Amino acid sequence: MDTQEKFTSRTWPESPEKTTLEGKNKFLGFWLFLGGETVLFASLFATYLALKDKVPGSDHYLAIDMYELPLVFIMTMLLLTSSLTSVYAMYHMKNYNFQKMKIWLVVTIGLGLAFLGFEIYEFYHYVHEYEHTFTSSAFGSAFYTLVGFHGAHVVVGLGWFILLLIRNTNRGLNLYNAPKFFVASLYWHFIDVVWVFIFTVVYLMGMVG
Amino acid sequence: MKNGLKKWRLLSLFTALAFILSGCGEPFVSALQPAGEVARQQYNLMILSAVIMVVVIIVVAIVYIIAITKFRRSKIGEDVIPKQVEGSHTLEIMWTVIPIILVLVLAVPTVYVTFALADQAEMEEVDEEGNRTALVIDVRANLYWWEFAYPDQGIVTAQDLVVPTDQNVYFNVIGHDVKHSFWIPAVGGKIDTNVENVNTFYLNFDSEAAENVDNLFYGKCAELCGPSHALMDFKVQTMSGDEFEEWVTAMQEVAEEEQQPENELQARGQEVYQDQGCIGCHAVDPTQQIGSSTGPNLTTFGERSYVAGILDNRDPDLSQEDNIKDWIRNSDSLKPGNKMPVYNEDDLSDEDLDALTEYLMSLKVFSE
Amino acid sequence: MSTVAQKKGFLAVLWDYLTTVDHKKIAILYLTSGGFFFLVGGIEAMIIRIQLAVPDNNFVSAGLYNELLTMHGTTMIFLAAMPLLFGFMNAIVPLQIGARDVAFPFLNSLGFWLFFFGGVFLNLSWFLGGAPDAGWTSYASLSIASEGHGIDFYVLGLQISGAGTLISGINFLVTIINMRAPGMTYMRMPLFTWSTFVASALILFAFPPLTVGLFLMMFDRMFGANFFDASMGGNTIIWEHLFWIFGHPEVYILILPAFGIFSEIFATFSRKRLFGYAAMVFATVLIGFLGFMVWAHHMFTVGLGPTANAIFAVATMAIAVPTGVKIFNWMLTMWGGSISFTTPMLYAVAFIPSFTAGGVTGVMLASAAADYQYHDTYFVVAHFHYVIIGGVVLGLLAGTHFYWPKMFGTMLNEFLGKITFWLFLIGFHATFFIQHFLGLMGMPRRIWKFLPGQGLDMPNLISTVGAFFMAVAVIVLLVNIVITQVKNVRVGNDPWGDGRTLEWAIPSPPPFYNFKQLPLVRGLDPYWIEKMEGNTKMTPAEPLSDIHMPNNSFIPFVMSLGLFIAAFGAMYQVSWRASEGESFVWALPVLIIGMLITIGAMAVRSLKDDHGYHIHKEDLLDDEEGGRE
Repeated sequence: MDTQEKFTSRTWPESPEKTTLEGKNKFLGFWLFLGGETVLFASLFATYLALKDKVPGSDHYLAIDMYELPLVFIMTMLLLTSSLTSVYAMYHMKNYNFQKMKIWLVVTIGLGLAFLGFEIYEFYHYVHEYEHTFTSSAFGSAFYTLVGFHGAHVVVGLGWFILLLIRNTNRGLNLYNAPKFFVASLYWHFIDVVWVFIFTVVYLMGMVG
Repeated sequence: MKNGLKKWRLLSLFTALAFILSGCGEPFVSALQPAGEVARQQYNLMILSAVIMVVVIIVVAIVYIIAITKFRRSKIGEDVIPKQVEGSHTLEIMWTVIPIILVLVLAVPTVYVTFALADQAEMEEVDEEGNRTALVIDVRANLYWWEFAYPDQGIVTAQDLVVPTDQNVYFNVIGHDVKHSFWIPAVGGKIDTNVENVNTFYLNFDSEAAENVDNLFYGKCAELCGPSHALMDFKVQTMSGDEFEEWVTAMQEVAEEEQQPENELQARGQEVYQDQGCIGCHAVDPTQQIGSSTGPNLTTFGERSYVAGILDNRDPDLSQEDNIKDWIRNSDSLKPGNKMPVYNEDDLSDEDLDALTEYLMSLKVFSE
Repeated sequence: MSTVAQKKGFLAVLWDYLTTVDHKKIAILYLTSGGFFFLVGGIEAMIIRIQLAVPDNNFVSAGLYNELLTMHGTTMIFLAAMPLLFGFMNAIVPLQIGARDVAFPFLNSLGFWLFFFGGVFLNLSWFLGGAPDAGWTSYASLSIASEGHGIDFYVLGLQISGAGTLISGINFLVTIINMRAPGMTYMRMPLFTWSTFVASALILFAFPPLTVGLFLMMFDRMFGANFFDASMGGNTIIWEHLFWIFGHPEVYILILPAFGIFSEIFATFSRKRLFGYAAMVFATVLIGFLGFMVWAHHMFTVGLGPTANAIFAVATMAIAVPTGVKIFNWMLTMWGGSISFTTPMLYAVAFIPSFTAGGVTGVMLASAAADYQYHDTYFVVAHFHYVIIGGVVLGLLAGTHFYWPKMFGTMLNEFLGKITFWLFLIGFHATFFIQHFLGLMGMPRRIWKFLPGQGLDMPNLISTVGAFFMAVAVIVLLVNIVITQVKNVRVGNDPWGDGRTLEWAIPSPPPFYNFKQLPLVRGLDPYWIEKMEGNTKMTPAEPLSDIHMPNNSFIPFVMSLGLFIAAFGAMYQVSWRASEGESFVWALPVLIIGMLITIGAMAVRSLKDDHGYHIHKEDLLDDEEGGRE
């Protein structure tokens, strides 16, 4: 199957991401990679739980003193919505509607940026209000490492989407770039799932003490 | 009858193995010559597992040797195409089930002993007055030396652990700087001295075995801890329960009345000890700096078997005096990376060193 | 496009290897660099044994000794054994499943260069202020306290090469799942492919905990975090857990492919299909699975409590069962066969008793209460060398002789091969058997020197003498390789005469596209099936048509180089550490430049389409007439 062949919405295959062998390999390889990423985050979660509230002195703030539900709730909503919009984008990709796919991807990127903005504000807030920094305690190191790893994933995901859009903005969909879009959106979903766990394990469990 | 014979055979294998192994190593440092209840339980487990494993090896060896002798191509001809056998369910089941049984035979005593050795109920027992009955020792591992504190007795010593025989001795161990591991091979397995938490276990020193080794066992650090990990040795002096009580009393008395120099040289040495600041790191009072000293407590230094855990005072070629001087002058090359400063002639004249050595040798509590 | 060899200059060949995405050439890269690191690690081992030959020796200093023991372990595991196995996996697995290349040729190259730069970075520590000195396990309290940049080299070097390993693992998984030739069902895959598959799955799930552990240590040492600083609330046991959650599966990542190589050799030189194939596959998968359940048996003395110790003890013992199944299946493969004692077969035959000895001491170690005595003594040293040398290294040596003709088109000399074998085997047992007893006699591991009068003198001397036998054996092997390549006598498709699997159905070395037409696989040991029916070739599964091939690329090299440069920056920007005190103004810019190089290379890869090229049918036909090189 020629990867640069021009399609119409009629000839466009049902699963464009898995039509070529390259696409199939990419699809499977990326799922496996996400399996490894899962273990990576599991290790970070375990580390965080082991070091939660482990501070050198009683003058340090603990999880229960710092976390604020409204803020993280907004962040959660932003990221969950962005996952939904990336689903719309993939829906249009499968229907060979390049313009709509682009629009929804831009919306996804916007939501992701908003999430990132809130996260930066949140960190800033903790550092300045509570002197809860990366180096202030083992708790601080573990918190910023876990949440920061997730944040770094968001940055990578956004960069990925942006690069893909820039590169392909004028050439439409084909079997060469369809798997790329699909895999990037898989990554975005994964980031979302990890956040759900962070929301539960770090923030909700943090607020109950 | 047949069964009995089998049992007897197995037993003889046990004894044979135990006999061979007990010829190994020196009794004061070998795990193969257990000198206490804990070591003995571990040793029995070793022998049990070794016997099972020897049986496995024998079976494998028989099949193996027949296979590689009987089916050589040179024997059966160049052009023979053997039958392409797929496998055999009977055999597969056999060599799955039998190993499972063998593993279970080992697993049950393993679990039993593991829990038995972790049983610390006795540590909590108290007498009518509310005093703990068991002896508890706090072990603090430091870069290349060991501190042994007796919290219930209020005394501390270092490098030479003093313990009573024939009773369980409980150890609370912690690492002061990096992680070490506390191991007295002849008396029982090791336990890590973590830096963030206290670990507890017990050992039991057998009096008969202790007599065989002149009441002196070797202890070692078993976790890589820096350049001189290999030299982080300590010694264990064992004594009967009564004798141990006397030792404790003697130690407590030393704290009350300071040791007085017996002659002028010792008195000069004591001055040097103060002037050079030795006292800053090395207390000579068994009740001071418990858990906070930066160097080994030297209250009993004169009666220790080794200097720094590595220079043998019983060595006929080198006297204790030589060892002490050697250590003070060359501590860094004797134990690379240790925290003690080196004192060369500029820091400490030969005369002062003589006096200091004389003083250090006089630091005795129990041996007069 | 033609495979007809053109005389190329040295630079052209070099450029070809720097940019290659061909799995067979990447295999050669892995084999040579892995072989180089094996020699480095071997020299380190010899210095260790010389130091321990006599009591109270001062051949090397205490600090240097700790660096040697750390680098010996780290080098042998990460930079020798794994790359050498990757070499064979790359060379053989695509051929065994009838594929033209791996699923991601570009990533395959990237995986290699990441490993290579990581390994070089780690070893540069010798020349830049001292190697890491906290053991290959690098336990946190000691590695945090360690002065100088040694541990930084360890952390960054392993991080880079670990990323390469993870990538390669994913690559093999996808290759084996997606790229099998028509008819090559899972239960017809050769056992080496199966064991590669399971080992790759282990890599996928075992390396991320190491990655996290290394990140935490990197943050602690270079960026002021407090994961392992007890005074700041940190906990060093976290490192031990993360390390061993990786570290134990790592052992199986090494041994399973070696099992695979031996399975191929037993079947080939017994002229008999592998006995109990299905059980072998099942046992391989089960060992891989159980490998994740037992990590805490490395931590019996940490004080996890009797419940944890008992559970992990029993779980560990359970691994003996599938391993035992394998041993018996191998022996029964020989049973009733026609055994030809070639050099690879000698290694395989010697492997059984050697590995059994290593396995049974493993069960002994699993007995938690008894392990309080064994732990961190020479008993453990003896055990894992019996497993790693008796299993992995014998497997690698066997594989070297067995697959050499397939990889290079020449046969290693059998006479010299057998000399190597005997010297190595004798040396190995002489070195390590006695170490079991040394451990029980009270010798802790990782000690720079032992003092006289503890009954340890004679056994240590014997052990050192044994090590020299092994060193001579390796030298003979090198001589053998040089002689063979200088003579350059070419061999045909199936030089051993008893080849069973697909790789022996094509030329040695295979053309760069491997299979002109993908073969039709009709059962286990497909080539053997064809041979028994009187065919000399595989039946093709497709008509002759154009073959799609990937383009060479220099980008993997640049990406890895960027990380290599960034690592120097990350390391030397440290200023807060009291023990170190030196920081350099250039460090932060270097860190940023290095990262920009890597990210830039990734962007280029992403933005520049790479569609590969096609070999046309006509050229393939020409190639037939042109014959092999």
